[in-house]
Amino acid sequence: MTVPALRVRRSQAGTGVAGPWQMAVRAFQSWLVNYRRTWRGTIYSSVLMPVLYLGAMGLGLGTLVNHHGTAGLGGVSYLDFLAPGLMAATAMQTAMGESLYPVFSAVKWQQTYQAAAATPLKPGDIFRGHLLFTTMRLVMNMVVFLAIMSLFGAVRSAWVVAAVPVAVLTGLAFATPLDAFAVSQKKNDQAFAVIFRFGMIPLFLFSGTFFPVTQLPGWIRPLAYATPLWHGVALCRALSLGSADLVGSLGHIAYLTAIAGLGLIAGERAYRRRLHV
Amino acid sequence: MPDPDVLIRARGLTKRFGKFTAVDGIDFELRRGEAFGFLGPNGAGKSSTMRMIGCVSPPSGGELTILGLDPVTDGSAIRARLGVVPQEDTLDVELTVRENLLVYGRYFGLARAVIAERTSRLLDFVQLSDRADDHVEPLSGGMKRRLTIARSLINEPEILILDEPTTGLDPQARHVVWDRLFRLKQQGVTLILTTHYMDEAEQLCDRLVVMDGGKIAAEGSPRELIETYSSREVLELRFSTFEHDQAADKLAAVPAERTEVLADRVLLYVGDGDAAMASVRGLGLEPLTSLVRRSTLEDVFLRLTGRRLEDG
Repeated sequence: MTVPALRVRRSQAGTGVAGPWQMAVRAFQSWLVNYRRTWRGTIYSSVLMPVLYLGAMGLGLGTLVNHHGTAGLGGVSYLDFLAPGLMAATAMQTAMGESLYPVFSAVKWQQTYQAAAATPLKPGDIFRGHLLFTTMRLVMNMVVFLAIMSLFGAVRSAWVVAAVPVAVLTGLAFATPLDAFAVSQKKNDQAFAVIFRFGMIPLFLFSGTFFPVTQLPGWIRPLAYATPLWHGVALCRALSLGSADLVGSLGHIAYLTAIAGLGLIAGERAYRRRLHV
Repeated sequence: MPDPDVLIRARGLTKRFGKFTAVDGIDFELRRGEAFGFLGPNGAGKSSTMRMIGCVSPPSGGELTILGLDPVTDGSAIRARLGVVPQEDTLDVELTVRENLLVYGRYFGLARAVIAERTSRLLDFVQLSDRADDHVEPLSGGMKRRLTIARSLINEPEILILDEPTTGLDPQARHVVWDRLFRLKQQGVTLILTTHYMDEAEQLCDRLVVMDGGKIAAEGSPRELIETYSSREVLELRFSTFEHDQAADKLAAVPAERTEVLADRVLLYVGDGDAAMASVRGLGLEPLTSLVRRSTLEDVFLRLTGRRLEDG
């Protein structure tokens, strides 16, 4: 049997190394190759979920709410109130779905992170590569959401277009700290179920998505205001209703950017500690 | 001016995890074109050493120079020139064979056309061309290992690092992997590998170190190590369980360079195994089985550490 001769590189210094974002793009491409296999299913769910929620809650429950009077909602229909809040909440869900299990799988079950760490990629490149993919998924889902929201007639201002990047930023404020958390899990994924049940669901229900936070008892409201989701919900809603003001908007953006930024720092550190032991 | 043929140089290389010292001040050099092995039981510090060489584990102490560079500051540049076959395959089992090479090649910044050309050549080399578009999941352990080897060669590395390349494979699959590695060696690829199989070390390594408890116990070619630390022949005797201890005492009378009494066997290290067997019979002892064989690295390891390799 003949074996083709393999070329052996004798000496070639410094090839394969590039700037940090170019390296992150290489890591991002590995997620894309995987996504080519699963994208259809994700499109179905990113269309179906908003349709179900806006239909059942926005139109169905909304009829009852509107009948009761919408002064508590700022005088807009329940559908108009709900849709932009749900957009931000959907961003949170997308981010959590792309962060916890995929990261743990890559570092523990399949160890594809370890495979990447043996190449010129640094742990931070691997982290940022995954974040680029999460960002892409967020943009996709938010654009789909906006389209469906428009079809439902739940848009009152052209400023709603700006709600897409705000929702993406909201998602990233969840993705970066959760990536850092997931990559640090050594043994198993038990903590994730707890995060979904006691983190995501209460946030989803009580961060102003379905009813104004002012309806909550006074003592618990500061907790709601501290969550990134509330800031995302509040700003997306203000943009969609055309009631956003500059100072308030910048405040929300600053808060979300700070959380995402802290998560970015924590993630760089957590990935390094896990992959460069 | 450092010797350009020394690709890796370690002096007092140490790795600690908290209070535990996994690698305890080892010295070695890897020269261009050689196959260099770390032989030792599980927990000897071999994998920790490989991870430091692979620039994914910063040393806790000592000096380490790889391709003339410092792994702490130039990790990426070094890794760009290494090929790594880790102990776990770390393949993406949801992708096809070809896609695994594509993703990995992209990590090195290789153009798609270059990756495609190398992929067909490498899959030929590891005899996986007919599985190129199959998913990785259902492949056998031996096939996955060969794919991991192909993957490690995608960047045409100057040094190929293999951590326990055939652990967990059945004997037939092991021989296929050895054959491929031997061919790479003949083509001039510099190999550095760990193993706890003495036959693997004997077949593949030009030079090796015996590692135990984080330290290097001995260094040399397989032949040198056997000549230095063992006798020409070994007489292996097995007695019935009742006679084992008594027989072991009596065997002290047989002239041997060294005698090892194991739980199930007695090993006599001698120049002439048949002559030694005659003296055993002369003592009136009749073992259940007897075997005269040449010394191996297993005997070297036993001599150096008092333990067998598989004991760990």
